[in-house]
Amino acid sequence: MTSNNSRPLSPHLQVYKLPLTGIISITHRITGVALCCGLLLLGAMLVSVASGELAYAAMQTWLHTLWVQLIFWANILALNFHICHGIRHLIWDAGLSFDKYTLERYALYELSATMFLTTLCLFIL
Amino acid sequence: MVEFTLPKNSKLQKGKTFKAAADAKNIRVFEVYRWNPNDGENPRVDSFEIDLDQCGPMVLDAILKIKNEIDSSLAFRRSCREGVCGSCSMNINGKNTLACTKAISDYTGNIKIFPLPHMSVIKDLVADMTHFYAQYASIKPWIDTQTPPPADSERLQSKEDRAKLDGLYECVLCACCSTSCPSYWWNSERYLGPAVLLQAYRWLVDSRDESTGERLDALEDPFKLYRCHTIMNCTDTCPKGLNPAKAIAETKKLLLQRQ
Repeated sequence: MTSNNSRPLSPHLQVYKLPLTGIISITHRITGVALCCGLLLLGAMLVSVASGELAYAAMQTWLHTLWVQLIFWANILALNFHICHGIRHLIWDAGLSFDKYTLERYALYELSATMFLTTLCLFIL
Repeated sequence: MVEFTLPKNSKLQKGKTFKAAADAKNIRVFEVYRWNPNDGENPRVDSFEIDLDQCGPMVLDAILKIKNEIDSSLAFRRSCREGVCGSCSMNINGKNTLACTKAISDYTGNIKIFPLPHMSVIKDLVADMTHFYAQYASIKPWIDTQTPPPADSERLQSKEDRAKLDGLYECVLCACCSTSCPSYWWNSERYLGPAVLLQAYRWLVDSRDESTGERLDALEDPFKLYRCHTIMNCTDTCPKGLNPAKAIAETKKLLLQRQ
C-alpha cells in the first residue's frame, strides 16, 4: 500500500478522558515549571535581604499586596503537591502500588496530603 | 513532538444524522468518527440512532448493526467478538477499549466512538498499525537461547517460573494502552510504548529465554524505555486488566539491579 500523507491524525487530547492519575501527572509537570518561576520570587526576596534595610522594607510592602500574596500561596500549594506526587513517584520506582483499583484511592490520598500540608503552612506562616 | 491541536486536515466537521425508525422506543445515539480517503473531505462525526431493542448488548453489536443495516461504507476491524483477537480496539466515550467486550449498558447518554487516539487513519475507525507492529518486532518477541535444546524433551519450566508470565501473556496487542499514553502520542517514533514494553518484559522474565542481558541492553535508552513517566493511562485503560506500567517499572528495576 502506498503511504498517504493526507491521512488525518485521529483525535487525542480532544477526545481522551484522562483518569485522575493522568490529570495529576500533567499537573505535576505544570507545578514543576511554575515552581521554577516561583524561585525567581524567592531570589528577589533574598536579594532584598542582602541589600539592606530599605530594600527589605520595600520588598515586605510589595509582598503584602494581594496579588503577590496569591502568587506566594499558589507556590506553597504547588510545592506541597509537587512533593506529594514526588513521593508517589519514589514508591512507584520501588515497583509498588501499581494495582489498578488502588490508583484512584492513592491519588486522593495525595491530594488530601497536599491540602493538609497547605493548611498546616497557613497556620505556621 | 508535542502538538496539542490537530493538524488542519484532521479537524472534525459536523456529519450526517441517521434517524431510527419511527416506532423505535429504546433509542441510543452513536456518534461515530468517519473519514473517507477518496472524497478529499476532513473527518466528520456521524450520528446514528439505534433501537437498542433490536440490537445486541455490546458496542460492537451496535457498530455491526450500523454497517449491516444503515451505512455499509463504515470501516472498522473486528474478528473474534470475545476479546482475544484485539482487532476492535477503539476510543469509546473517551477511553480506549475493545468494542466487543464493552457493554452498551455500561454507558449512559450518547456513545462517542473514535479510532485509537493519535494514529494515522486509513478509513473511519481503522488506524494504521504498521509502526506499532514494527516496534513489536524490534523487541524480538520470540524465545532466544544460547544453549542447545535438551535431546529428548522440550525446554521445561517450573510452575513458579510459568506463573511469572501471568498478567503478561494475556496481552492481545490491541494497542489500547499505547495509544492512551501521552508520552507515546508525542514520541512514538522513538518511545516503544506500554504494549511493546510489556511484551519486552514478558521475554525478560521467561525462564527459558537466555538473552536477558542483550534484551536489557536494547532497552537501555532514554527514549525507548525511559519516556514512561508513570502517567498510568495504560493500566487504567487496558481492556484485559493487565498492568503495563508495572511491567515497565519492573524493567527499570532489572536495569538498576544489574548495575
